[in-house]
Amino acid sequence: MTALDVLAAALLLLGAVFVTLGCVGLQRFDDVYARIHAASKASTLGVVLIMLGAALRAAQTEVAVKLLLAVVLQLVTAPIAAHLIGRAAYRTGTELGVRTTVNELADAKASRDPME
Amino acid sequence: MTVVIAVCLGLLVISALLCTARLVRPGVLADRVVAMDTLLIVLVAGIAVDAARNGRSSFLDALLVVSLVAFISSAAVAGFIERRGAQ
Repeated sequence: MTALDVLAAALLLLGAVFVTLGCVGLQRFDDVYARIHAASKASTLGVVLIMLGAALRAAQTEVAVKLLLAVVLQLVTAPIAAHLIGRAAYRTGTELGVRTTVNELADAKASRDPME
Repeated sequence: MTVVIAVCLGLLVISALLCTARLVRPGVLADRVVAMDTLLIVLVAGIAVDAARNGRSSFLDALLVVSLVAFISSAAVAGFIERRGAQ
């Protein structure tokens, strides 16, 4: 086992752990927004680490290039998707969790439009 | 390396089960979209682990397509939720 293999194995394991933690967060957190946060951040980091680990093990350059392209794609699209889902949930009046104490969007709306 | 691959695949199976549990649990539509998106990300991770197994994989094109479909479907359903309401 070369040093590159050890690094790849470490990245793969770390990535799998992050994906699993993201999915555990999906189960355990108590409102939609917290779950979006867990799924989009932890799972994205996890899958990016796994793809980097796989790219280190690639037999041909073509495989590594495809995996790196997928990494870029994931890093660009994941925050956009999370933002769109969060915005849709908030605009349709999905409640915040009982333990959420600060709602800056509601404060901003109240100060801009006191009649509402 | 075989052990590492096996452990990774085991963790990913657990993740997929957790996502499926969230998907079928009663809740708002946004919850299900997040769960579906995460399930597809777990699938992408699985394909990447398969590519790491022997350095090549015939599923690499599927990996790119699945990650694109995951993004486009989340964006589309988010627009649908905004027009139609949270239930």
